[in-house]
Amino acid sequence: MSRNSIAFWLGAIIFLAVTLTMTQLVRNEYPFFAGYVILQFVVLSVAWTILGGYAGYVNFGTNAFFGAGVYTAVFLAQAYEAPLGVQIAVAAVVGSLLGLGVGLMTLRMRGIFFSIATIALAIIVETTVTNWRFVGGAAGIQLQRPPVMAPFDSYVKMLFFVQALLVVASVAITRGIQNSWIGRGLHALRDDELAAECTGVPTLRLKLVACVISGALIAAGGAPAAMYLQYADPGSAFNLTTSVSVLAMALIGGTSHWIGPVIGAILLGTTQQLLAVTISSEINVLVLGIMLVLFVVGAPKGIIGLVRRSKPHGERA
Amino acid sequence: MFSFELLRDAIVLGLLLGCFYAAVSVGLSISFGLLDVPQVAHPAFLVLASYGVYLCNDRFDIDPLLAGVLLTPLFFVLGIVTYRLYYETFERRGSDAAVRGIAFFFGVAFIIEVLIILQFGVDQRSVTAPYIGKAWRFAGMRIPIRQLVAFGVALALTVLLATYLSRTFLGRAIRAVAQDEEGLRLMGANPVRIKQLAFGIATAVVAVAGALMIIVAPVEPTLDRVYIGRTFCVVVMAGLGSITGTLIAALILGVAESIVLTMFGASWAPAISFALLLGVLTVRPQGLLGR
Repeated sequence: MSRNSIAFWLGAIIFLAVTLTMTQLVRNEYPFFAGYVILQFVVLSVAWTILGGYAGYVNFGTNAFFGAGVYTAVFLAQAYEAPLGVQIAVAAVVGSLLGLGVGLMTLRMRGIFFSIATIALAIIVETTVTNWRFVGGAAGIQLQRPPVMAPFDSYVKMLFFVQALLVVASVAITRGIQNSWIGRGLHALRDDELAAECTGVPTLRLKLVACVISGALIAAGGAPAAMYLQYADPGSAFNLTTSVSVLAMALIGGTSHWIGPVIGAILLGTTQQLLAVTISSEINVLVLGIMLVLFVVGAPKGIIGLVRRSKPHGERA
Repeated sequence: MFSFELLRDAIVLGLLLGCFYAAVSVGLSISFGLLDVPQVAHPAFLVLASYGVYLCNDRFDIDPLLAGVLLTPLFFVLGIVTYRLYYETFERRGSDAAVRGIAFFFGVAFIIEVLIILQFGVDQRSVTAPYIGKAWRFAGMRIPIRQLVAFGVALALTVLLATYLSRTFLGRAIRAVAQDEEGLRLMGANPVRIKQLAFGIATAVVAVAGALMIIVAPVEPTLDRVYIGRTFCVVVMAGLGSITGTLIAALILGVAESIVLTMFGASWAPAISFALLLGVLTVRPQGLLGR
């Protein structure tokens, strides 16, 4: 292992230790309630970056994967009373299948047409779920939380820690992709797909891999949301705001490095949590829109780009 | 369950609806179809226009259609400003303009949505006019007059735009800039100014379409999200930039939605436009009458 990797894993272990200790020491449930959402967005936007950042296929259908994750969990909880771990695992499988579908779409489409097609996909999945009676249909469904497991004294704290585990998993996977030949191949096809194909980069296979992994991680990140809210309805599970939030977070941070979406998600996620408490959720969407416009116009490479520009000879991690 | 009368009613209402869809899509057909600007905020502009019309109708008792026409100069300017901003920040810097542009326009759409919510609240709004709420009985069918009004105006709008683009000097210039920007530059014309004008026209049309939108049905701030699918479906299916194609594609969408609505219920209708869109994108990306 390189020094860089050792530092990374050490950081991950410290992060998990801190979150676990927090769940044991802090009494108030609210920090976990808010923190869960921020961690969830870290997972989503890091996972989004694999396809949207590295490969340059801008996916607006994050809500399709997120909702698929939520409803996989709902279905498993309703039908088999499956435990949380199983819900997340199966959600990841469903997400990867959906990702495979999106990957096949990249055969015919790129650029803005791909983006529009992913919006279309999300609506189609949403409509299907809306018409699926067993999981509550359009009206939504109430869910009963199972009893909480050993070291935790509340379910929200447990979900918070589970989401922290997912953060580590998704960041590790994304980082692994970035530093491997897959990342270099994706980078090549992002810059010029035809040239990459001609020089022997297996573009289709790489795109499929990127779609499948990205989709699986987003769905896995969405799965615990069912138990978090104890309620699910198609309108909020497949909300377009989720897609645009995730995209905004990744763009704000910068999409060329995994740290970008992490920074973006923490920044925007925290702002949104604070605003939702202090003012209202409408202001949230307004801030989202303004941040998105400002960053796309003023800092196209995100915070990473700003930092790199300020020290042009700085090292590249 | 199945009856031919039901089917016939569905088709007739679908054709009326289709004309309305043509009216709301024709602006996008210019901005996205001809100019390649990923105008995702187009439906948000539509809703904005609807609220403008609502305001005129509610406060000053102006006929909604007239209000729509009165709003066109305002939207023309809005369009020019929007294009100028888009051009300066994205198009001129090249490369991934379209992809960052779509993120930009999503931001704009969200800002418009929230500003409407802050001003008017989330309730549905509708307008009043003598022809709203009445129906015309014909051969055992009940056709709402508001649909007929939308039908007539939509048809006129489409024909007018198609004629403008094919017969007038500026209209031809707009089509030329879509075909070969470099060639136009060599002829001594300024493509950016032509595009700016075209985008202004596309947005001005939105004002009238927005009036139709609130005439046909009540409007709420987040209505634009449904119309992203419908308008882009129509424009892509039409073959980018073809006005005649837009009308045909809109009629197909209208009839398809109406039939599904009658046969399977309203809950399946939103997926129709997107399913058609996905189908067109995978099978025939150049659209029905592609350029």
